[in-house]
Amino acid sequence: MIATETMSWKEKGSSLFKSWESLLLILLLLICLANTWASPYFLDIYNLMDSTAIFSEKAVIALSMALIIISRDIDLSVASIIALTSTVIGYFATLGFDTFTLLWIGVFTGAICGGLNGFIVTKFAVPAIVVTIGTMSLYRGISWIVLGDRAYTDYPENFWVLGQGYLFDLIPYEFIAFLVLAVGFGLLLHKTTIGRNIYALGNNPRAALYSGINVNRYRFWLFVLNGTMAGLAGVFLTSRLGATRPNIAMGWELEIITIVVLGGVNILGGSGSIAGVVLAAFIIGMLTFGLGLLNVPGILMTIIIGLLLISAIAAPILIKKFKPAGGK
Amino acid sequence: MTSLLQRRETQLFLILLLMLVFIGIRAPVFFSAQSMDTLLTDLAILAMVASVQMLAIMTRGIDLSVAANIALTGMVTAMLSSEFPAMPVWQTVMTALGLGLMLGTVNAVLIANVGIPPIVVTLGTMSIYRGMVFVVSDGNWVNAHELAEQYLGFPIDRFLTLTNIVWISVVLLALLHLFLSRHRHGRELYGLGGNPEAAKYVGINEKQKLYIVYCLTGMVSGLCGYLWVARYAVAYTEVALGFELSTVAACVIGGVSMAGGIGTVLGTVLGSAFLVLIFNALPVINVSPFWQMAISGSVILIAVILNSINDRPQMKVILKKAQLATAKGAA
Repeated sequence: MIATETMSWKEKGSSLFKSWESLLLILLLLICLANTWASPYFLDIYNLMDSTAIFSEKAVIALSMALIIISRDIDLSVASIIALTSTVIGYFATLGFDTFTLLWIGVFTGAICGGLNGFIVTKFAVPAIVVTIGTMSLYRGISWIVLGDRAYTDYPENFWVLGQGYLFDLIPYEFIAFLVLAVGFGLLLHKTTIGRNIYALGNNPRAALYSGINVNRYRFWLFVLNGTMAGLAGVFLTSRLGATRPNIAMGWELEIITIVVLGGVNILGGSGSIAGVVLAAFIIGMLTFGLGLLNVPGILMTIIIGLLLISAIAAPILIKKFKPAGGK
Repeated sequence: MTSLLQRRETQLFLILLLMLVFIGIRAPVFFSAQSMDTLLTDLAILAMVASVQMLAIMTRGIDLSVAANIALTGMVTAMLSSEFPAMPVWQTVMTALGLGLMLGTVNAVLIANVGIPPIVVTLGTMSIYRGMVFVVSDGNWVNAHELAEQYLGFPIDRFLTLTNIVWISVVLLALLHLFLSRHRHGRELYGLGGNPEAAKYVGINEKQKLYIVYCLTGMVSGLCGYLWVARYAVAYTEVALGFELSTVAACVIGGVSMAGGIGTVLGTVLGSAFLVLIFNALPVINVSPFWQMAISGSVILIAVILNSINDRPQMKVILKKAQLATAKGAA
């Protein structure tokens, strides 16, 4: 991408940055309002809590994906990491491991996958998009080799609790995990030196290097972190579905990136906030839930998500473009 | 000038020959006329789409919407054919080109005029176009018996023993090669991809170039949409699902640099041939097709690692780690 274009694009983004989260909040409220108006079942606390399952797993990955994109990388392999994680824990489940061990095996598998991404990206200086297109095929491909047209369905008796259990019979554990992680990622990105350094290397990797940030070490560990989150999401999803097939979580990488970009993270790196990403996850989740209540087929959702993605990015640029000069 | 042996095209060609010999020893049946025919026809479609994908990658972009474009154009032409069985082939082809061009223009407007990064635009339009296939077809399939005879016949009719798909591909790839190597606009695409900043100072019209790239990509994908559906004689929502990644993979294997400015039609065709050869050979040498995905993933990874070792920047290194940062900055 062209340097000057990049700059102007970034400036356009950052001037609206402060109000971006408030715009998202208004959009979220509008969607909830429309849902309430369209369906009497929407404002039911049990329904609402259940609906978080639609987006919790994706949102967990979106948190770490945001850091990856802020640091100027991208990871298209997350959905495939879910597939591989699910296959690995499915295999270990048939060997008789208990739920707690399976959870750790899943998270660990994800971390290793992320580590391989990070290793190739940093060691060979290859753009992350190509590497993760490759590992996207590789990881899911391993699932295909292991499973073929079969499926793993023999999980320990209490394994379902992870993905389908509720705290106080009301709040899904998955949702709690997402909220806790969101706070954690928010603190990491906005309140620590590590977070500042991630912005720095996203804005100008060379300047970041010269100012003493070990750029490649950061990038490597961000990939490991992203893989870990994908592994965790893989465990949740497997528990929720109760089965592993090689085509599990197909196409999720694009939905997750849509959440991140809609959340105001600059796809070219350097800016974005966790609050925005969390709001975007809720927006996509509530939209999916609302349209589900209205029996709109899932594939139509992809049109709406696509439109949302493009208009979310185009709108601020166009507003800026057609605003008379000096109108600030 | 790099010597012939150092060129990616030569290396790939030799690897392809080796693979052919190996497969030939394991399973001579692979060289039957019918199997070669399937291979060439598969190659023709992938090579066409991959070589326009190359234009996008070469100019530091990417077009992820090609496969969705194929599905949508294929579905629309199939539905027109079942509605108007008398429709002549040239009208079908014009519809495919026109619709493909429209879809490509949407990408071009958003990328060139609005200034959204290509990966975001085409990620979005990919979802939209794919969803629209469902909308226009209501989720229904268009099957072989609903399609007109000439619609199905033209792409697989033969001229000098090869299918028309192959000939269309040969002509298109030759034109594209001439365009890139001989025509001013083609040369300027390399300039734009290699150094956009410098390109601007020498007066290369960036917007116009991006329009050329994404409109052409759309048009060729649209044409391939018709060819694809006619060849497999069925249209449904999931046609060519994931095909965009195969086209990117073919480019990467063919030596097209994701950092822009590097790539040839020949390399991309050889990269496509590599993938098609592997996919078609697996069942013949008794490897389960379930291995296909993992193998293509590994091939992509090996190719990009080899690429990066081949084209390390040739500059004086002051700080050892700065080298890596430079490469990252360029990406």
